[in-house]
This record gives sequence, C-alpha cells and structure tokens, in this order.
Amino acid sequence: MTDNGLLSVEDVQVDLPTPRGNLRAVDRVNLRVGAGQTLGVVGESGCGKTMLSRAILQLLPKKAKLSGRVMFDGQDLLQLAPEKLRKLRGRSLAVVFQDPMTSLNPVLTIGTQLIETLQEHLELDDASATRRSVELLAAVGIPAPEQRLAQYPHQLSGGMRQRVAIAIALSCEPRLLIADEPTTALDVTIQAQILDLLAREQRRRHMAMILITHDLGVVAGRTDDVAVMYAGRVVERAPTPALFKKMRMPYTEALLAALPRLDTAPHTPLPAISGRPPDPTRPLQGCSFSPRCRYAAAGCHTEKPALTQAESPEHVYACFHPIGIHAEAGA
Amino acid sequence: MALFVARRLFYLLPVLIAVSLLTFSIASLLPGDLAYTILGDQATPENVAALRRDMGLDQPIWWRYLSWLGNVLQGDFGRSFRTGQTVLQAVVERLPVSIELMLLAQVGALAIGVPLAIVCASRSGGPFDRFMTGSAFGMLSVPTFLSAILLIYLFAVELRWLPATGYVPFTEDPAANLRFMVLPALTLALAEWPGIMRVLRSDMIATLQEDYISLAKAKGLKASRILFVHALKPSSLTLVTITGINIGRLIGGAVIVETIFALPGIGRLLIGSILTRDLIILQGVVLLVGAGFVIMNFIVDLLYAVLDPRIRHGHA
Repeated sequence: MTDNGLLSVEDVQVDLPTPRGNLRAVDRVNLRVGAGQTLGVVGESGCGKTMLSRAILQLLPKKAKLSGRVMFDGQDLLQLAPEKLRKLRGRSLAVVFQDPMTSLNPVLTIGTQLIETLQEHLELDDASATRRSVELLAAVGIPAPEQRLAQYPHQLSGGMRQRVAIAIALSCEPRLLIADEPTTALDVTIQAQILDLLAREQRRRHMAMILITHDLGVVAGRTDDVAVMYAGRVVERAPTPALFKKMRMPYTEALLAALPRLDTAPHTPLPAISGRPPDPTRPLQGCSFSPRCRYAAAGCHTEKPALTQAESPEHVYACFHPIGIHAEAGA
Repeated sequence: MALFVARRLFYLLPVLIAVSLLTFSIASLLPGDLAYTILGDQATPENVAALRRDMGLDQPIWWRYLSWLGNVLQGDFGRSFRTGQTVLQAVVERLPVSIELMLLAQVGALAIGVPLAIVCASRSGGPFDRFMTGSAFGMLSVPTFLSAILLIYLFAVELRWLPATGYVPFTEDPAANLRFMVLPALTLALAEWPGIMRVLRSDMIATLQEDYISLAKAKGLKASRILFVHALKPSSLTLVTITGINIGRLIGGAVIVETIFALPGIGRLLIGSILTRDLIILQGVVLLVGAGFVIMNFIVDLLYAVLDPRIRHGHA
C-alpha cells in the first residue's frame, strides 16, 4: 500500500454537544481502504463506528463538529461543495444502513426508491431504469423482481428489505460501499446470506467496502484489513490474517473471547468483558480500556498509549502491555 | 381497498343515527311549545291544540322522531313555518356560497401554510423558522372579526381595491363574484394557516430525523426531491386531518365572516333561523351540516389510506 488508496480517513474527529457536555464520538481516527479492498471496523455499541461512517458520508447530525480529512479519490469530502458531494453520494459512495425496517421510505414503492437513484445519477429513461431495477433485484436474490417494483417496504420481510437496500446501494456501481451493521437487525438465519451476498457483489464489482460490525466473527473471513475501535479511537489495526494470528491489544482478545465457539463444551459461560465502556462525555486520562483490562498496570491509568507498530508496518496497536510481546522478548 | 371502504362506511351508520337523534332533540328539548312559537302571543288555546294535532306534537316523542326520520330519508326535511320555503330549498340556495368560501379559504390557507412549513422544517431552529413560528403563534390569537375589519379597512376603505360587503352569484358574473369573495376567504385563510403550518412543520421535523431521509441524502437525491417526495407525504397525515376538520366546519358556514361580509351562506341561514326561532329550518340545516361533517371525516379516513400504504393494507 504505497498510495493512499481509494479512501483515506485522516485524523477524523467528531464532537457532539450534549446536555452533559461535549461527547467525543470519534477521536483522531486514521484509516485507509484501497480500491477493491474490504476493511472491517469492529467495536461494541457506542464505540463510535457508526459516527465514523456518518462522518465519511457527511451525514452527521447538524450540531456535530467534524475535523480532519476524508480523502476520497483525491478530494477531501469535508471541503467539497454540497452539489459536488451530492453527485458523489449514491454514485461513487453508497451505504447500507443497519435497520432495513426504517431505512426504506414506507410510503414509496420499491420501484420508485430504486429508479429515483438510477435516474438521479445515470441518464436513463423510464423503461431502461425499470429494466435495470429488475436486474438489480434479481442480482441480490429477490424472487419475482418485476412484481416487487410495485410493492411497498412493509410487504417484504426484513431480509428482503435489506436485499432491496443493497440493490439500491449497488445501483450506480459505486466505488466504495459502507455497510453499517448490515445484519444486526436481521434474523440469525439470514445474516450469513446477506454477508455472503455483500462479499460476492463486492468481488464481482471490484468495489471497496467498509464493513462495520460488532462481531469479530463476521470480519474474520470476509475482510482484508480490520480496525478495532474502542471509545472513539482505533486501538488495533492490522491485515485480517495477522490480527487473528497475533492480536496485540487486550481489548481485541477480550472481544474474540466473548464470541461463542463451536468447540467449547455446552453450557460453558461466555467470558464477557466485565464493566462498561467509559462515559464518552468524561474522557479518561489514561488508556480508555484500562478499567476493564486484565493486563492493566499503574501507567495505563495515567497515560494514553499511542498507536505503535508491531512486526509489520500494517499492524498497529495502542497498548503499553501488548499480548505476546514481552513473552517473546523474554524467550 | 374495497373492504376498507365498506368497513369505514359501516362505521358511519351509528354516527349518522346519533347525529339525527341530537338534531331532533334540538327542537324537542328547547323550552317553549313550538305551536306557541308559530302562532305567536295572540294564539287561543283551541288554535294551539289544533296546530299541535296537525304537526303531530301530541304524539309521543319516539313516534315523532321516527316519523321525522322517515320523512328525512325520503328527502323531506320539513318547511319553514315563516317563509314556507322547504329546508332543502333554503340549503341548496345558500350552500354554494358557503362551499365556495370554504374552498377559497382552504386553498389560501394551504398555499400560505404548506410552503412555510416546509421551509421552516428544513431549517428548523434557524432565524427564519423562529420568526415564522412566532408569527404563526401571533396570528393564531387574532380573532376573525378583528382581521376581517382590518382587511376591510385596508383593502376596501384605504386602497379601494375590493368591495367591503355584498355578493354576486358566480353564475351571473364570475369576476365580480371573486372580487366579493377575496376578503372573506382571506380572513378565514389568515385564521387557518398558522394551524396548518405548525402541525406540518413539527411532523416534518420528526420525519426529517428518520433513517430513510438519511438514506435519501446518501443516495445523492436533490434537496427538493427529499423534501417534497420523501418527507412531505409521510408527514401530511395530521395536516389532512385538520384540513378535513376545517372543511367540515366551514360547510356549516362561517357565521362571523358571512355576517361581517354580508354573504348569503349557510352561516347566515343558521343565525337567521335561531334569531327568528325557525326551528324546522334550524333542525334541518344542523342535520345536513352534521352529516356533511361526518362524511368529510370519512373522506379524510380514505385519504389516510391513499397517503400511507400500510393503512391501506391493514398493517398499522
């Protein structure tokens, strides 16, 4: 990765004013996604991953303060004129939201919502836009696509609605797709189908994808790189195989340990991460994870660890007592 | 959809029966004997008794209700004992005036209220929004008789652009008719746009927080398309309700405005029948107006289904 890739997020910071004081939702985050690559962003609820995706898309609440740079294809999205940004959105930069029950307009037909996107960005007449919509619905695995065009979102199941949302996102062949917890609101039985669909379309269209999830298991086989977020910061970032082979950050380890595994004996309690994430309106002086970390030492509570390079330049972590390093040094 | 309409129509029946009962009891429960009212102070007891027999007033009340209802169902609402005009004639004569006034007032109120609401909602909290919500609140507290007098003073007395009072039927001279209608319709519109604007503004602000609006923005749609196509329709249910209520209310005539501007509408007919104790007219007009109100609300229910497919398909 010598160039900056398709998207590079540089020192992005999001502050939200709340009645309880300033809330730093995203704290100087740096990320990169190359063309055709998939980046997984993992973290528990409230860690800032959704705010990060909204910052990239410029869909933050009005009151939010955003700083840093979001370079997409050589231009800074934060400095872009509204009209230029609008032409990028939906065309080159697409999104799939978490909840398909609320992300489709309840009073417009599926057809209207698909065709309006196509006709906004591509010069298509009604007939070819309709034909293209049918193809898109078929491509995302929706049976009887012609009939769906006249239907309303409430007439479809949750999984079907998310497929429609994906079809809308894919409609103009975007170069980057941001999928913000695309399966969290769905039944477990269809989560894998939706993730496989996203992975297949991503490869087929050679688009870049940011897959946001709280589930490390989801990113395991489906991403090139992973960024783990905690309390608004990226605490570990690595190529996916490297991360799973040699994770350095205790939080990553704890996240992985909290996943149920097939090879554990039945009725074994899951090792949940004790405690809660810190109150984002009252930032800690030291490492945000230190109150919950089983490796925490005195220095962890007073000083914030910076991102440090592990054995390869692509693997960075923010920890004073990374897993494995001291053991290796001693051996 | 047909089932939906049939079910709504079925619910309409008990309401209409209740309306007829209440209307009928106006005449029966008012103090004083109708026969005395008709014959006046000089009536002899024999005359009164004869008239009571003729009108069926000596019959038990349920019998009188049923026979009145029977007549009504055949289109006979009775006739005024003062002018001899039937209720139906009196209403048909005056209804066009009230309906024209109502339509012009609604169009005016919507034309002022809806665009303001959309602009305010899209810039909620900004200076324009704060100024307009304040003005709307101020306008809500101006009574119609005051705005009517001010409008007459400005446009009829000072500028002399429009006549202050009077009426010409539309069929005789459309241009003159409209000139007479402008000020009364404007008076009503001025009273109604603040309600329309406030309701639509707050519903629209709520809608603009929805995920599907974020997605519409993420799709790169134009701001106008997001506001008018994605946000306006789901936000307009309450707007339709209050417009329906306004229309229903104005079918019964705008008593104050019709009186100030001397328009021969239903409102004037009602006031006249009350002042002259013309109970048959009063009863008939109230029944027709009540029925009109109920039917208007039925149409509003149908409009809900047109606006929101979830209601149409029985989901919500």
